[in-house]
Amino acid sequence: MLRAENVAKSFTLHVQDSTVIPVFKHINMTLKASDCVALTGASGAGKSTFMRMIYANYICQEGSIHVRHGSDWVDMVSAAPHTILDVRRRTMGYVSQFLRVIPRVPTLDIVAEPLKTMGISECNAGWCAAEMLARLNIPKALWSLSPLTFSGGEQQRVNIARGFVAEYPIMLLDEPTASLDADNRAVVLDLIREANARGAAILGIFHDEAVREAVCTSEFDITRFRAANDG
Amino acid sequence: MTPTPLLNVDSLTVRYGARIGCQDVCFDLYPGEVLGVVGESGSGKSTLLNAVSGQLAPDSGKVLYKTRLNEPSNIYAMTGPDGRILMRTDWAFVHQNPRDGLRMSVSAGANIGERLMGVGWRHYGEIRTAGLNWLEKVEIDEDRVDDLPSTFSGGMLQRLQIARNLVSKPRLVFMDEPTGGLDVSVQARLLDLLRGLVADLGLSVMIVTHDLAVARLLSHRLMVMQGGRVVESGLTDQVLDDPQHPYSQLLVSSILQV
Amino acid sequence: MSRFDDAAYNFAYLDEQTKRMIRRALLKAVAIPGYQVPFASREMPMPYGWGTGGIQVTAAVIGPDDVLKVIDQGSDDTTNAVSIRKFFAKTTNVKTTEDTEKASLIQIRHRVPETPLKEGQILVYQVPIPEPLRFLEPRETETRKMHALEEYGLMHVKLYEDISRHGDIATTYAYPVMVGERYVMDPSPTPKFDNPKMNQMPALQLFGAGREKRIYAIPPYTEVKSLDFEDYPFTIQKWEEACALCGETESFLDEVILDDHGGRMFVCSDTHFCKTRREQGHTGVQSPDFDRTSQEAIEQ
Repeated sequence: MLRAENVAKSFTLHVQDSTVIPVFKHINMTLKASDCVALTGASGAGKSTFMRMIYANYICQEGSIHVRHGSDWVDMVSAAPHTILDVRRRTMGYVSQFLRVIPRVPTLDIVAEPLKTMGISECNAGWCAAEMLARLNIPKALWSLSPLTFSGGEQQRVNIARGFVAEYPIMLLDEPTASLDADNRAVVLDLIREANARGAAILGIFHDEAVREAVCTSEFDITRFRAANDG
Repeated sequence: MTPTPLLNVDSLTVRYGARIGCQDVCFDLYPGEVLGVVGESGSGKSTLLNAVSGQLAPDSGKVLYKTRLNEPSNIYAMTGPDGRILMRTDWAFVHQNPRDGLRMSVSAGANIGERLMGVGWRHYGEIRTAGLNWLEKVEIDEDRVDDLPSTFSGGMLQRLQIARNLVSKPRLVFMDEPTGGLDVSVQARLLDLLRGLVADLGLSVMIVTHDLAVARLLSHRLMVMQGGRVVESGLTDQVLDDPQHPYSQLLVSSILQV
Repeated sequence: MSRFDDAAYNFAYLDEQTKRMIRRALLKAVAIPGYQVPFASREMPMPYGWGTGGIQVTAAVIGPDDVLKVIDQGSDDTTNAVSIRKFFAKTTNVKTTEDTEKASLIQIRHRVPETPLKEGQILVYQVPIPEPLRFLEPRETETRKMHALEEYGLMHVKLYEDISRHGDIATTYAYPVMVGERYVMDPSPTPKFDNPKMNQMPALQLFGAGREKRIYAIPPYTEVKSLDFEDYPFTIQKWEEACALCGETESFLDEVILDDHGGRMFVCSDTHFCKTRREQGHTGVQSPDFDRTSQEAIEQ
């Protein structure tokens, strides 16, 4: 489903005397359908960075990241923006660490949005979104409010609901269980298992070893690909 | 399968005498896509917007637009009526100052109805109903339909301008700093409204703004301009989260944190 | 008689070159019904607003055999009408008349005669502002483009505004018309009552705007349609009263205040029309020989 080849990344800080900070070199990784791979490495090793590169949020300086998009393969490194947007719309879901939303938009609409952009009717999308929110124990009274006023855990669950409401073939999860209590963590693990069972390929960052053991089929340590600071 | 772009801009250059307005700008705009153009004052973003929207003749380059019926055609080669009909029906232009885009001497309803009457609507009741529907969509009280725009607040004026433009169901909307000059709470409401309309109507939008937060909320793609040139372009979140060009990095790092 | 030697003036005051220039503009105007043709308007021996445009058009088309009638607000004997009639009597020696049927050339301000016009007659309108789109779009460059491209949505914006403010199309004079299904035209400040008369009129209609330097025309038998909405169709003014002098019920009436106690009467605005009817024996409530007994009999 996903094939990263020879990927390299560095940041150039032009504002600070063009300092070049190399991050990775020669990452090779494949992700197959029904895989659940845990991305591991110490804090600051660049797990989130690598995930953002896959989502084309960050640019790769070298290499290619091919993604199975419908019947085609799309290189997220070189594809045109509208192709990438289409991949994000239909193929690849991403649950970030923090929820980033527009002020004033009700929670239910935020969760339903990925479905609507896939072309599902407003009514069906709303229904699916409601079901997902209920499953993640978001009180119904909050659905019509903007999640900006929610607690951290609630915001994270809204974020997860938004990620899982559409059944993407590939899912990227950045610490989905970090700030959740045991009950909700169990719900999320169920969601991951269900996604795996329907054939979705999942790449996740999980701090909690117990979580990794519960759902992951393999681990991928990013530390090996760290580029030394001297280039 | 790649869809055909709605708009194809090819090496567009505008000069003001020896000065450069914008130079060698190329981009495509796809149906349903929102393109943000950011940069500081004088970077050429408004010049580019005016040139692409046909209000300013470029010194070189062309803009191909795929009309509903025809194959892509160069907007600068269109004869008078075609271009104007395009501007009145398929395109819309939302000015930074709503007073530039509204007729201040006629009522809100007449402002909204003008485009409809321009394409031949001749039934007062229907025109008025369309006006009322649009007032509701842009969250203006229906009983303001007969009021002059001069009695409206700044935020209402901007929403009225948007209604007046979108009533003809355009496919392509140009916006020049649509939230400039509005206070923050009004701005948030307007952004929310715009986002909803863009998504519901499947509009393609080219939006010029110096506000990166506005750009992030509204646009799929971003072009960063400096000195008349496009120095960086890409997905909005990529350009804002991982800017490559020194100027983009400077812009992003200059955002005030609230 | 006059202290001036009348022979010092060219026929109809204007020099021949100027008349030719105006005739060229007129020919173009007739060829493109409703289109405003620019012309080099001259200074006339009277101020703008007194009909300098109409006078120049009349001067350009008048010949020694013409019979001239001039009316202002329907009347042959108001200052403006009298002055212009005398001006041409003096500079051309043509016959003048008050009789609409006998006139070959009629210069008018604010009214079209009630008597139907015939083939061969020419009607000259005095126009203050020829551009119907002016009040909504002040830029001349833009209005010319709008005419060229037949973009007349704006005209309906004005009518829309009328209805939303007054519940009906409140424009009662200078009511915009579409000429020959092509150009929207200002019919000069005539009441909308006269608009239907302009449609398919057998006479030639010429319009002159002196200050604005524009000439336009409606050739005989041209379609002239008043703009309206499907659900608010064009209508003309109606009066509940009849003319107090001649009893006519179908003409355009002027309201005349009689005293300080609310006394008033309504009379035909077209003085010649009214006079002719009275000569034919028609009477109204204010006529000296009005048959009050029969009127009272009807009321009882």
